[in-house]
Amino acid sequence: MDPSRKSKSMHTGEGLPSKSQGRRRFLKTAAKAAALGGAAMVTGCGGAMGSNEVMGLRWKEYFKKHYRLMTPEEKEQTVARLERLAKIKKNVDVQIGTEAPVEGVLYGYAFNVSRCEGFMECVAACVKENNLDRKSNTQYIRIFELEHGQMSPEVGDGKFFHEVPVADHFYMGVQCYHCDNPPCVKACPTKATWKEPDGIVVVDYDWCIGCRYCIAACPYYGRRFNWNEPVVPKAEVTKKQHYLGNRLRRRGQMEKCTFCVQRSRNGRLPACVEACPTGARVFGNLLDPNSEIRFVLQNKKVYRFKEDLGTDPKFWYFID
Amino acid sequence: MEKSSIKEVIPFIKDTIIWNLKGGIVYQIYLCVLTALMMFGIYAYLVQFNVGLAATHMGNIVSWGFYISNFTFLVGVAAAAVMIILPSYIFKDKDLHKVVIIGEVVAIGALVMCLMFVFVDLGGPLQAWHMLPVIGMFNWPTSLLTWDVLVLNGYLALNLMVPAYILYCHYHHRKPNEKLYRPFVFVAIFWAFGIHLVTAFLYQGLPARPFWNNPLMGPRFLASAFAAGPALITVVLIIVHNMTSFKIDAQVFHKLRRIIVIAAIINLIMLFSEIFKEFYLPTHHSLPAIYLYFGLEGHNSLVPWIWTAIGMNLLGTLTLAFNPGRSSNNFKVVLPACILLFIGIWIEKGMGLIVPGLVPSPMGEVVDYAPSWVEVGITMGILALGVFVVTVLLKPALIIEQRYEGH
Repeated sequence: MDPSRKSKSMHTGEGLPSKSQGRRRFLKTAAKAAALGGAAMVTGCGGAMGSNEVMGLRWKEYFKKHYRLMTPEEKEQTVARLERLAKIKKNVDVQIGTEAPVEGVLYGYAFNVSRCEGFMECVAACVKENNLDRKSNTQYIRIFELEHGQMSPEVGDGKFFHEVPVADHFYMGVQCYHCDNPPCVKACPTKATWKEPDGIVVVDYDWCIGCRYCIAACPYYGRRFNWNEPVVPKAEVTKKQHYLGNRLRRRGQMEKCTFCVQRSRNGRLPACVEACPTGARVFGNLLDPNSEIRFVLQNKKVYRFKEDLGTDPKFWYFID
Repeated sequence: MEKSSIKEVIPFIKDTIIWNLKGGIVYQIYLCVLTALMMFGIYAYLVQFNVGLAATHMGNIVSWGFYISNFTFLVGVAAAAVMIILPSYIFKDKDLHKVVIIGEVVAIGALVMCLMFVFVDLGGPLQAWHMLPVIGMFNWPTSLLTWDVLVLNGYLALNLMVPAYILYCHYHHRKPNEKLYRPFVFVAIFWAFGIHLVTAFLYQGLPARPFWNNPLMGPRFLASAFAAGPALITVVLIIVHNMTSFKIDAQVFHKLRRIIVIAAIINLIMLFSEIFKEFYLPTHHSLPAIYLYFGLEGHNSLVPWIWTAIGMNLLGTLTLAFNPGRSSNNFKVVLPACILLFIGIWIEKGMGLIVPGLVPSPMGEVVDYAPSWVEVGITMGILALGVFVVTVLLKPALIIEQRYEGH
């Protein structure tokens, strides 16, 4: 030990040994108190946070893998846990499916601008079908009211709330376009969002860390973030769910339109397509030469929004 | 290199802690204020953790706000330590070499703040392990965010390990083995440019956001960082010079001032280039700039801020360039000028960069954004943490250096 240090401690020597003893004792007691307090919090909180069963389910859910890496058994296990949690917390019986993409299918969507009258039945149907948060009024679909002269929703009014249709105005719907070259997929640091083989861009909600880089990357306002814990009235929960689709999400997770994966992979149309009273929405398999979507693409004047960005969206607009 | 490490490490740590707790009444009050701010920040974070990010004023349009604004600016401050490290190690500048440790400590403080700002911004902080390779999924090299995670943590490691080794040797009155740490210093110099370019590329690489999608972001980030960072380091040096027994040579301030002025002028030239592009023939890509400088559709909350920021930037730059005090040591002029420049760049590179990038939304909608009390509280807590980190690292460092020089 160097001499200068010894002399220093000698100068302040008078009080130093007892001071350091006192300090040591204080630190020991503080550490013990912190350990006790921590243990009390964890066990005490157990009562407040839910039963032991909920804690056990949550614990297993926390450590599960990315959906794409799960074996079929692991998928069944997580689905069982999620169904059980929904039953305990909301007293709802849900069925969460894990249907794989159908072979030989690439979904595409077309929107008939001439037919849309701005009723927003599609918006209501989507909110109900996909169990969207009522508290923040989350909507995957937005309808814009435009004056004649331009075809871009950017110059339209997305917040209108009056009787429709208004004379000399027309209406366009926007939602996630399920790009074939999606910038959001490139941006995600954890690969929590990806493009499925049938073209649907999905999110593994529990894998998402909520960094919101994908919102910055999306040129179409296609993605939504759960800023608060979502509120879905128990009576309005759609019970037929998909792990990558309309199952109940939590705060801190990204979500988006999934072309109603819980419906489309079972041969049904997305809720918006079914709900539209004017038939403005077309959905189908781009790889099927006899599908309606292929007919539209071959026979109508179609265009895509912000095409110059190279995102290759699978959502076309057309005018009859 | 010689004996058993434990016997040497314990007194080093003990002395570091003791030196940090010793000080006059002003110092103790200063520590108490910092602790109070950090405690309030923790409380605000508990509120946010409980409610969700709805406790902030961010939304699906302004999806990044106060936290990421401060993160962006502080990465620059961290990178700016290279402006002292480079001259002292490559050009062997003796004057700047004496204050290299202070630059590195400021860099560490800034980096700690950056990592904290990212953490509090996450919607799922408990899920952060999902980013780790092997047990999670690390989308490298595709996602720019993964690059940022790598370079920031690497830079923190470099800036912690090299000064720690040097200080540890000086504490035991040993000459550090230069061959051991010199390669890491060289890596750190290139790495510093890297961290800020990567952070700039986070924004620059998004065609969805035309305000950010331009090639000048990277160079502009570097220029503003090398103006603001050394300005902060100058302020820290003035405080150290006036409030401790560690005296700093006039030449150091002179050289720092030169670096700041050159970087600040380049920054202003780049600003002018951006303004020309946006306003000479405005297109719909210029709407974010119009929103920032003049307001759009009645939303003009950012307008007073950006003009104040540019005014502060200009005033600080001109004052430091023409130096009315006639000597670089005229602290009465240099200190306020550096503070003005620092705050001006902070506003412009923080809120003045992030919010306009997101407004108008991709569907053309315009909103206002101002941070909530939760965001301000957490931010103040993190800033206090940064100042605290700088203090507890700098105080023992200066004592060790003084003792080592004394021998």
